[in-house]
This record gives sequence, structure tokens and C-alpha cells, in this order.
Amino acid sequence: MARTLLRLATAGSVDDGKSTLLGRLLHDLGALSSDTIEAVQRASNRRGDAGVNLALVTDGLRAEREQGITIDVAYRFFATERRSFILADTPGHEQYTRNMVTGASTADVAVVLVDARAGLVVQSQRHLAIAALLGVGKVVLAVNKLDLVGWDEEVFRAVAKNAEHVAAGLPWPTEIIAVPISALLGDNVVEPSPNLAWFEGPALLPLLETIEPSDHAHGSARLAVQWVIPPDAAAGREARLVAGQLEGGPLAVGQPVIVLPSGRRTTVAAIDLFGRPLGAAVAGQAISVELADDVDASRGELIVADDAAPPAVTDTVDVDVCWMGDRAARAGDRFVLKHTTRTTRAVVEAVVGRLDIVEGLLDGRSEELATNDLGRVRLRLAAPIAADAYGPTSAGRAILIDETTNATVAAAMIRRPR
Amino acid sequence: MADLHTMPSGLSVPVGTVTLGGAIVLDELDRLEADAVTIIREVAAECERPRLLFSGGKDSAVLLHLAAKAFAPGRVPFPVLHVDTGHNFPAVIEFCDRAVRHHGVQLEVASVQASIDAGRVAEEVGPRASRNRLQTVALLDHIVAYRIDVAFGGGRRDEEKARAKERILSFRDAFGQWDPKAQRPEPWDALNARIRPGEHLRAFPLSNWTELDVWRYIQREAIELPELYFSHRREVFVRDGMLLAAEAPLARLPGETVSVETVRYRTVGDMTCTGAIRSTAATLDEVIAEVIAAEVSERGASRADDTTSEAAMEDRKREGYF
Repeated sequence: MARTLLRLATAGSVDDGKSTLLGRLLHDLGALSSDTIEAVQRASNRRGDAGVNLALVTDGLRAEREQGITIDVAYRFFATERRSFILADTPGHEQYTRNMVTGASTADVAVVLVDARAGLVVQSQRHLAIAALLGVGKVVLAVNKLDLVGWDEEVFRAVAKNAEHVAAGLPWPTEIIAVPISALLGDNVVEPSPNLAWFEGPALLPLLETIEPSDHAHGSARLAVQWVIPPDAAAGREARLVAGQLEGGPLAVGQPVIVLPSGRRTTVAAIDLFGRPLGAAVAGQAISVELADDVDASRGELIVADDAAPPAVTDTVDVDVCWMGDRAARAGDRFVLKHTTRTTRAVVEAVVGRLDIVEGLLDGRSEELATNDLGRVRLRLAAPIAADAYGPTSAGRAILIDETTNATVAAAMIRRPR
Repeated sequence: MADLHTMPSGLSVPVGTVTLGGAIVLDELDRLEADAVTIIREVAAECERPRLLFSGGKDSAVLLHLAAKAFAPGRVPFPVLHVDTGHNFPAVIEFCDRAVRHHGVQLEVASVQASIDAGRVAEEVGPRASRNRLQTVALLDHIVAYRIDVAFGGGRRDEEKARAKERILSFRDAFGQWDPKAQRPEPWDALNARIRPGEHLRAFPLSNWTELDVWRYIQREAIELPELYFSHRREVFVRDGMLLAAEAPLARLPGETVSVETVRYRTVGDMTCTGAIRSTAATLDEVIAEVIAAEVSERGASRADDTTSEAAMEDRKREGYF
């Protein structure tokens, strides 16, 4: 059987044993080189840790090792017979929520760790909410340290039930799959464990090898124009090509398209892949396109399939955000919005709601979103954009940038193009 | 710009290009290639004066190949920049010239020797003296002199634990420094290229490639490499467990003797800190088989500069290293 790729993000609270789990997974899969193991052994000895501290495998920064916490995302690559994995190991601290968002935004599956003794703490609820907000369709709840609760099935069931209850109350849908483990001892991580004989599901790794991510390549084509390749008479090229990465669905020569936001209609005259002609392209390919009828398209415009579901062209959008800025966001604040390859100014017209992590509800009373808050704002834009609802294509999302500091202050998911 | 690799819920596709009802399904290398090309185009569009850092190593050879694809059938719209330590392997310098001619790109050189001559840096002394760290000054001086706002590099997250923390588009302050505790968040594939004058960015289109991906891509695309990467006979001596080239400008320590070994290089950097490995892998197939079987990491096997301390790479990166 052919190998598939899965993008994974992991999150946990302090001392949930996340780094230990990852170290365990990478170690048991033979994904650690001998020099890495030796370096971790040396570092463990220096710190006075008992044995090899597997957490030191992923915490790569000096400050992380000193404090014993994860500050920023670390990316790791490993493979089994069945799958290649790109793993984004993300921090659990509220203070570093923006880094968790960075890691989780590209994930097919999120693994959220909880300590069986503590159950679902506020921090875990935050992790579930972020995964759901970002549209990570499947969340694996790894209930860790079952060894410390006497491998008790009732403890596991209670945590799993609570998580399902919390997830069901969130404004964004997500599916929870709970697995009991002991990362420290390796129980039910790579192999099923006799200590957890009552658990009927697969161990964590076999589960991750078989979860099916959603298929997003068979919808409607989107091509955000990144770069224009001008004609070159000297080289015998008369056509003007527009380059970008195809998303959402296939695109074929002769297919009718619309250039947004202007709304000009035309057809695809030719498709080029790195200097070679193509009859049709699939989502994911970085192509160049020649449009018919002398229709012009330039950077910042979106070429879309002329079908029943074009994006909405609008200058007002409701977006769900993870607020990452150091300053709180309030009505009247101005930012720069980068949406696909288009950049425009934006003003916060209203703070619609702020997510109460414990209640799982958007509360409509808040007047601001502070650092690390999740919530919803209404933006008015200086120029219209062609927006999809948040989903598989970049037309459904954006970032906000502070014009004075140039910091990226929000990840924005378009809920309702108005 | 979005892609299969970095979509909120990515595709699950078989590895190996297959046809489903006549439609092409992208394999892992196709996807890595498309993502890298997309990053190169986006960064080039957002920045004014990009450069592509070209060491002559395998990762930069792949990067230049991808840049040529990104703008085909047009030309690569920026020069490549080579930081010359004066202690590079002669075969690598020759390769740089060939690659630059092949792709028809302009070459700029930032010279460590020139930095030394100008009194910008002092040469390290002693038998372990290396110009590796001095490259940072030559690079940053060049970036300031040419007002470069972004430098593409071939760094990969699988190389080293500090590199595993890198963003695709990574901010450097007016002193060229990286602050790993305050990186710009990079949700999805959204790249924020806004900077103030004097600051710059580093872009890493190969972030999500592994060493094996690089080799498989080199084979698939028939990308030329310096011959050092393949098995050959070479005069070497052993230091700190590494096989250093006898031609490197390093004084011998007591007990170090030169012998002829059958070796190849897994990475190519400054001669004074790049070790060869004993290998009979003379073809791409053999090199790929060796990489699959390797138990020691690429940098652990061949870079003396990374083993000096636990955070050696993080510290060099903070100063503005590649």
C-alpha cells in the first residue's frame, strides 16, 4: 500500500507529559539519530535528570530547556511503513497561544494531552477550542499518566466524556477521539498495553496511521495571482502568464473563469507548469495561466472557476480571530489585512464577541479582545476582497498586521462574507 | 497562496504519481516542490531586493533549481549571493561558477577575506581556527551595503533542533539578529514580509524537506552537484572523530597524521569545519540507500561547528548566521 502524509499538531499543559510522549514516539520509531540520543543523554546528565529525559528531544531552544517548557513550535519529521508525518509540537502555555495557532493551523489532526489525574483543565479546554476554531477536523485526546491512576478505566471514561461535552458546546464543530496512554512507560503509544486491556480502540500510533484527513481537492478552483511573467518577444513568448498555486479544485484549459474582485469573465487559454504546457492542473500545483480575450489579471486578484459557488466580493467581513497582538483590539482600531496575495487596510467596526473558554460560548458583552483571546470581530475594508467562508482555500482566511510595528496581530477565519 | 501541504485539513494522497481517472495526483516531492515554488514567488513579490544564498552545497543547488522553476519561462529576478570564506573546497567554487552560468543568474560574492583585510573581523588563531563564524559578519555587511531585504536560504527544519524552530519567513532586526522567543506567528501559509528600513528577512522554502527528500529530488530532477558528495579517495586526518581534509588550512595537533581514505561529504561547508564520512556510495542510488540506513544525523556526522556546545547553532543563528 502507498504511503500517505499526515500533518499533526500536538499540545498539552505544563507537565502533561507532551514532550515525553513525542520523545517516546520518535525514540520507539527509531526516528532519533544516535548523535541526537547521545546529546540528550549528555544534557540529561548535566541537568541531573534520572535516565534519559526524552523531553529534551523536542525542546530545542536554550530557554525551553532551562524552563522545561515549550515556547515555540518545533517541527519534526518521521515515517512509519504506512505514513509520513510532519509533526508540529506546539506550546501549551496561554502566553504562547499564537505559537500554538501557528502549529495547529496547518494540521490535519491535533493531539491534545491531558493528565488523567487532573482531567480537563482550563488550558485543555483552550486547546480544544483553538483546534476547533482553526477547523482541525479531528482531535485525538491523549489521556496520559494512566499508570498513576492505577490504569483505571472509569477515570479515563470520565475525562473522555467531559471532553466530548466541552467540544459539543463550542461554536465550531470538531470530533474527539480519546485514547488512554502512559507516555513515560510507553503503554498504548506504539503497541497496545496489557495494562489497558479494557480499551478496545487502537494504540495512539496505529490510530494516527489510519485516521483519514478530509479531501479538499475536488471543490471549486481558486488561483490567487502571485506573480506576472511578462511576454518576452526576444524569447518568442507573446503571452502574458499569471503565476500562483492552484487551490480548491482542478483547472483545465478552456474552462470558464472569473477574475475577482473586478468580475471580468474569460476562459483559460493555456496552463504552464515550470515552462511545460499542461492540459489540466490539480489543486496544490504551482502553475502559470494564460487567460483568453486579452483579459488582464495582476497580483492580488483571484481567478476562480465560473461555477455555482464563487467567493463573495465584499468590503465587510465577520472573522473569528485568535488575537496575537500585544495591544488589545477595540472598535475603531486600524490594521493591514493580508488576504491571499492582496493587502488592504482594515478597521475593526465592532467586537462581536469574545470566547469564554470555560463556558465555550461567545459572549457579546466584551468591548475588546486582549492578547491570546479568541473571538469574533467585524472588519470594514478599504478595498473589496473576494472571500470564501473559512475552509480549504486561502480565500477563507487572512492575517492582520499592525502597521506601526509590522507584527502579525491576528489569525482571521472568515465566517460570513457580508 | 495555499497548498496541499499546509491546508487546514490536508489531502491524503498516495506517494508516487498515479492517475485516477486521468487526473494527476501529486506525490510527496511534487507537493514539496509546489510549496517551495509558491514561497519563492510570494517572497519575491513582496520584497524589493532579494538574494538567494548559494553555498554550492546540495540544498542551495536545489533552491536555485526551484527558483528557476518558479519564474519559468521568465528569468530568476534576483542575484545569488555566495559567502566565500577563502577556505571553501576548490571543487565547490568551480561548481558555483558552473551553476550560476547554467541558470543565467547574476553572482555576488561576500568575502570573509575582505572582511579580515578591512579589519571588520579578526582571524581566529590556533589549530582549531575556523572562518565559519566570521561568515556572519561578511554576510550582514553585504546585506547592509546592498540594502537587501530578504535572503533565501536552504536551511531545513530536520537539520538541527534550533532550525526545527524556524519560521518559513524569519525576521531579523537591524543588527541582523534572530530572536527565537519572539518570532512572528505564521498561521497557515500566510507570510508577513513587512519590515522597516535596516531590518531584513530570511526565507526558507525548504523548511519542510528532509535530507532524504532533497536527495530524491536531486535524482528526479537530475540536478548537478559538486563531485565531493560522491565517494572518492582523499587525503584526510582525524580530529574529534571527524575526517578533515588534509588540504584544509589547519595546523596539525600532535598525533594527527594524514592518510588516504575512501570518503564522501554529506554536507559541504568551510573546509576547516566540514568532515567527510567513510563511504563507497558513488551514485545517487547508493547515496540515497546510505541516507536511508544512516544512524547518525547529517550535521552530527559532518559539522564540527555544531558539536561545540548544546546550543551552538542557536547562538550562531541569533547572531545572524544562515
